[in-house]
Amino acid sequence: MARPATRRQQLIQVANYPLDWLEERSGLVGGVKYFLFRKVPRDIGWWHTLGSATLTAFLVQATTGVILAMYYKPDPNSAYESIQRITNDITLGWLVRGMHRWGASVFIILMFFHMGRVFLFGAYKYPRELNWIVGVLILATGMFEGFTGYLLPWDQTAYWASVVGININGTAPFLGPFLAQFLRGGAEIGPDTLPRFYALHMLAIPGALFALIGLHLYLVVRLGVGTNPWTPDPEDDGRVDGARPGLTRPAPRGVRK
Amino acid sequence: MEPNRHDEPHLPGPSLWPIGFAIGVACVLVGLIVSWPAVAVGAAIAVVSGFLWIRDATRGMQTEVVHEPERRGAVTGPAPPAAAGDAALPVMEEEEVERYGRNVFLSATTLGVGGLITGIVTVPAVGFMVAPAFVDQHDEHSKNVDLGALDNFPEGKFVIATFLRDPAQGEVTRRTAYVRNNGVVNGAPSFTIISNRCAHLGCPVQPNGPIDDKAEKKFTTTKGEEVRVVPVSPAGFGCPCHGGQYDTEGNRTAGPPVRGLDRYEFSIVRGHLILLNTYSVTKVEGTGSSAKIHAYGLKGPGEHADGIERLLYPVDPPH
Repeated sequence: MARPATRRQQLIQVANYPLDWLEERSGLVGGVKYFLFRKVPRDIGWWHTLGSATLTAFLVQATTGVILAMYYKPDPNSAYESIQRITNDITLGWLVRGMHRWGASVFIILMFFHMGRVFLFGAYKYPRELNWIVGVLILATGMFEGFTGYLLPWDQTAYWASVVGININGTAPFLGPFLAQFLRGGAEIGPDTLPRFYALHMLAIPGALFALIGLHLYLVVRLGVGTNPWTPDPEDDGRVDGARPGLTRPAPRGVRK
Repeated sequence: MEPNRHDEPHLPGPSLWPIGFAIGVACVLVGLIVSWPAVAVGAAIAVVSGFLWIRDATRGMQTEVVHEPERRGAVTGPAPPAAAGDAALPVMEEEEVERYGRNVFLSATTLGVGGLITGIVTVPAVGFMVAPAFVDQHDEHSKNVDLGALDNFPEGKFVIATFLRDPAQGEVTRRTAYVRNNGVVNGAPSFTIISNRCAHLGCPVQPNGPIDDKAEKKFTTTKGEEVRVVPVSPAGFGCPCHGGQYDTEGNRTAGPPVRGLDRYEFSIVRGHLILLNTYSVTKVEGTGSSAKIHAYGLKGPGEHADGIERLLYPVDPPH
């Protein structure tokens, strides 16, 4: 092993040793660098941060939700009291519940802003159509997450809003009544409805959201970030003839540009 | 053909027909609610626009696809004699035998066994998730509710009765009914018992009139259920959620509900009023004991029981 020339180099090597160890055995450091330090168009700006903002809002929801689940009791006889206890008695409970409650709206609103940005910038066009479709699935899943979460405080607003929401599902033609009965866990809202919504809200739907967001990010990394629609095209040889500037074709598989 | 044909993005040609298609679909959806001819018009627009859209979108491909004439190599050598048994089988190259041999068998077995195990695990789990919502919903005895002695119900007046439909399941099964004693007709007591579940989306309808809270009576029935009875003088019933209005027979008079208020069947056992099953009502002609009730099996809120819209809900899950 060659001895490092200076003390400084020696220090750097020591500091980097754990990362080098990890990289040699897993390639994770390179993977994270590939994900974080990929090339993006030169003049994109704040508009392109809405997706990351939405992701951040989702992670806040996931984190605060896990903490709330440590104190919440999904049982019709004690759900309301446990929410009161979280809000009024437990240290900082009001804060975490408030973050989760308001963060839910922030998440949904940011999703719509992000969707509007993608639509108005034309970023849903070839080759990113599939990512738009995945995004729409995330939107629908996120709304379902909001719907199931709304029942959990188990107060009058929560109860009747869920009654109305379930019955709106029930008015869908043909299968609607079955869908409503599945959501209720029976012909009427009963003791099984709240735990059912709780399980969907904190296990099934977040799992689906994590999977869909992973797919969404994979496609973002694979296809790259779209430019602004007003960006002039710098003699891009990959440009599609006759198409607007900024629409480039992706490099063929395995070719780095 | 250009050499780099495969990298070219397959951009669909420009087309205005998606707009027509969207208009057609919107027309169908509006028509479903408003009028059936609009559905037909919308469907026609959607089908025609969709066809033209597909034609526009595929125009580029149509011109570029070149169908090469099918060529087959001339058969060399004599065909295997058909009558000679084994020789009629195609002669396989050694490589082919390898490819379709053990490899494929093992892949197929792994997939098959994996699928079988997945099915064995998944089917009961999904059944456990779905089936309890639909099985054993019709438990008559737990749903019968004793509302107490008949003299709790003054003749010709409504009272608000709140009770637990299934005391074993607790407060979550608390229900409210508006009960009116219509007096004795032909030797049998007559009652009008209206459910407070709005026929629009299931919110609790309220009496439009003064509630006499001071005259509230609370009592515990023989089965240990707590029942509350409050006299009220309604001019009708109204829903706080979306403004549905009903008259004192439960007929819809205004707002979004699709039928009248549901009612309870009842019986009188040893001088007590017993609530039985709920049923749906489209409309009531007449009042009180002489009313003619258009009754149907229990429907969910927002489900049409009559008219052409009932065809949208051909099968109801077991209530």
